[in-house]
Amino acid sequence: MSTDGNRAEPANAGRDEMSENDSGRESFRSYYGNPVIKEPTWKVPDVPAYLYLGGMSGASAIMGVLADASGNGELRRVGRLCAAVGSTASVVALIHDLGRPARFLNMLRVFKPTSPLSVGSWILAPFSGLTGAVAVAEVGGIAPLPARLAAGSSAVLAPGMTTYTAVLLADTAVPGWHEVYRELPFVFASSAMLGAGSLGTALVPRSRSAPARRMAVTGAVGELALGQLMERRAGRIAEAYRTGRPGKVLRAARALSAVCGGAALFAGRSRVAAWVAGLSGTAASVATRYGVFEAGRETARDPYYTVVPQRERDPARQ
Amino acid sequence: MSPDTENRLSGPLPDPSQEAGYSPEHPQRSGFFTDTSVCIGCKACEVACKEWNLLPEDGLNLTGMSYDNTGDLGADTWRHVAFVEQRIDPQTRSRVDIGMPGMGVPDAAPQEEGGDATEIRWLMSSDVCKHCTHAACLDVCPTGALFRSEHGTVVVQDEVCNGCGYCVPACPYGVIDMRPETGGASKCTLCQDRLGEGMPPACAQACPTESIQYGPLDELRERAEQRVEQLHEQGITEARLYGHDPEDGVGGDGAFFLLLDEPEVYGLPPDPVVTTRDLPAMAKCAAAAAGAVAVTIAGCFLGGGR
Repeated sequence: MSTDGNRAEPANAGRDEMSENDSGRESFRSYYGNPVIKEPTWKVPDVPAYLYLGGMSGASAIMGVLADASGNGELRRVGRLCAAVGSTASVVALIHDLGRPARFLNMLRVFKPTSPLSVGSWILAPFSGLTGAVAVAEVGGIAPLPARLAAGSSAVLAPGMTTYTAVLLADTAVPGWHEVYRELPFVFASSAMLGAGSLGTALVPRSRSAPARRMAVTGAVGELALGQLMERRAGRIAEAYRTGRPGKVLRAARALSAVCGGAALFAGRSRVAAWVAGLSGTAASVATRYGVFEAGRETARDPYYTVVPQRERDPARQ
Repeated sequence: MSPDTENRLSGPLPDPSQEAGYSPEHPQRSGFFTDTSVCIGCKACEVACKEWNLLPEDGLNLTGMSYDNTGDLGADTWRHVAFVEQRIDPQTRSRVDIGMPGMGVPDAAPQEEGGDATEIRWLMSSDVCKHCTHAACLDVCPTGALFRSEHGTVVVQDEVCNGCGYCVPACPYGVIDMRPETGGASKCTLCQDRLGEGMPPACAQACPTESIQYGPLDELRERAEQRVEQLHEQGITEARLYGHDPEDGVGGDGAFFLLLDEPEVYGLPPDPVVTTRDLPAMAKCAAAAAGAVAVTIAGCFLGGGR
């Protein structure tokens, strides 16, 4: 009775049996196996794309500002353009996911510190405006000084762009997201660095791409290590990250991260390696967000992830 | 911090309306006490709710699992009667395995004669939005569409909601949901319009057994304690309250229950916690990660090569 509907049938586990059997998968009780919490209504690909694009654009903006400061015009250009395209597309994905897109401006009706989506909107809106203006100046070759000021301002918001989406997911009752709230921002931050670094590696001439290559390697290593750490600390929730579709996607993400990290090491010498790093790094960053998103949805659908950890954290209330 | 503000995200909070900014003269906090020991599963509450609140039909499918063909709470279902069929030993009142619940005559098991006589009992419970003291749906709503009413309840303003859907996974009870026809979020309002006229909510008015009781929350909590004692004296030791405790993970529910089995048997979470309790810790982790990424990227620009 481990995987069929029977296990969750309400009359199948006596109270004595519960205490003997450690309330694991075998013996937990539920209402006909129905979910306890509601599955998020957020759509694919809108929301995973929003997660990836926001992070990538944040790290790209920092990359652009630092490239500018170190006199690397090619990398500055790529950083600025990736930041603008990423954040604009992130806004479009967010609006497209709304149930009432015509009312998207209500997002800025209030500022609510208790709502990560409100705080996020107040980061994303000025960030996309600033990076958009910077990109126009970059492409048109106009107003270099105002562009530099705007880019500098966007860089203040940029670190927040790489992590606020982690809080957005973690601040829910979804066990697969909430239980990993300590580690998730670090995973997303690494993933953002990997996304921006791999694009810089591919799009900037080899002689000028060293900082981007380092970002790609560091981001890939960070995503691999922190992703592992997150799963190890996730307790029972880790099962959702390791099995089924999310497990497959996250294993693919890890393989792609490793490929990207390896290719980026040789990208200074080979154009092919640079493109391999760019594509695999981008794919890894996308896959990580999508895998985390799907793992959370799985833990919302299965009452096991809601009931058993809640039982275990407070035996006094049983 | 003053006692008024230190419990803003979790913990006991005597007056959520005042905390939300209403003057001290606001009406008493009101709510539901749903005593499932007298529920007869008539679903009058479901029907009254739909009629009063003009909620659209939510499907005419048979679930095939029990007499519950409603399934769960949702955007168009603000009261939901759960049905659980159990066989118990009348002496010990402990449950006996009967496999899947079904209709009709239970098979061969010894019933009337013999030492291990068993009887069927039905658990029926009318579920509803809990109107939490610390409501995660309200906390995470980015537009202010969800608000705390003067009665201490949690209500959605349909005109403000932009359909972001954040409240849906935030609710630890799985109550609020999106309505596809409008794209907005929707849930029980505790009949806000009726409360304003001094009338009880439609479901409580329609309940023929007073399983659903409406009133000032303090009064309901007292009444519930008495009812549990009474049941315990009658030997129904499995009776317990759920959601009544201001010390619980959501600061106590505005709609709480008397149950005859574990909460999860009725589809309720055993130990719900308002997700924003951990928000300060989450914000710290995110800020640390944001700082780390900025420093790490800066590090990538150091040391030779372009």
